[in-house]
Amino acid sequence: MKFLKFLLVGIVFGIVLVKSEAVSWYRIYEMFRFQSFHMYGIIGTAIASGIIFLQLSKRGYIKSLNGAEIYVEKKERGFTRYIVGGTIFGLGWAMIGACPGPMYILLGTGVYSMLIVIAAAIVGTFIYGILKEKLPH
Amino acid sequence: MELILNPWPWYISGPLIALIMALLLYFGKTFGMSSNLRTMCAIGGAGKYSNFFKMNWRDYSWNLIVVFGAIIGGFIAVQFLSNGSGTNLNPTTISELETLGFLNAGKTLVPNELFNLDAMLSLKGLSLLIIGGLLVGFGTRYAGGCTSGHAITGLSSLQRPSLIAVIGFFIGGLVMANLLFPIIF
Repeated sequence: MKFLKFLLVGIVFGIVLVKSEAVSWYRIYEMFRFQSFHMYGIIGTAIASGIIFLQLSKRGYIKSLNGAEIYVEKKERGFTRYIVGGTIFGLGWAMIGACPGPMYILLGTGVYSMLIVIAAAIVGTFIYGILKEKLPH
Repeated sequence: MELILNPWPWYISGPLIALIMALLLYFGKTFGMSSNLRTMCAIGGAGKYSNFFKMNWRDYSWNLIVVFGAIIGGFIAVQFLSNGSGTNLNPTTISELETLGFLNAGKTLVPNELFNLDAMLSLKGLSLLIIGGLLVGFGTRYAGGCTSGHAITGLSSLQRPSLIAVIGFFIGGLVMANLLFPIIF
């Protein structure tokens, strides 16, 4: 089954984020209060490892499953959308202590009120889709 | 076994998160969790209201499977791979949260004061969950990605837009945790 590998990746992702405490509301608060190195350590080593992986791929040492080049799509150039959208995202991230991945993972850990957060996030995305043409990007 | 049951240190966790990104790229996909919110809008028929949601969502169903797996992973992690040791927070954080009204900081993954049934049924609690969700859902699409898409994938591929977005994430997070929390709680 071609979806099995994605299911497994998701399961590992959920386990890693719980065991690393990256889904902890408190860890996010602590990060934004500069009271712990934990989250900075996680994000920093994730990026460092990611850079190594992508540089090796770029030099042709690693190919994708079907033999193609591993390629990360370039984000559109811009400033306003990234700084304003990012700030809005950050306000919500600190408030509920969860970004889109952890929202689902926390649901799995038994935090059922995350269903409300997820529903609101879907509505938020919908509102963006409606306003997209009117917003500065 | 204790090593697995205890919380994992950051220097193990970070590279493992990069491994998730690497696996998805290896499978010819990308690591971006917030895309699912858009996919779910499309499935719900939002294409009738905005071209932004006119997409063939079946092309993105793999990402919904990742989400489904993540939910299962969360369940497995707390049910079978944890010893209930709690989060080892900075004592300053704990006492600070106490003054804000959050007791037992670190004993659970999320504060009961925000996420339990009582909070959900109170006007303030429900409003906070909804506002938080709206901000995340709107902000992530406006910024074109979230922590996985910008902070991990975008910064790993050395992209300037992602750096700007992550700076935005921190501006918002710092304002919320440092300036707005004392007002809200």
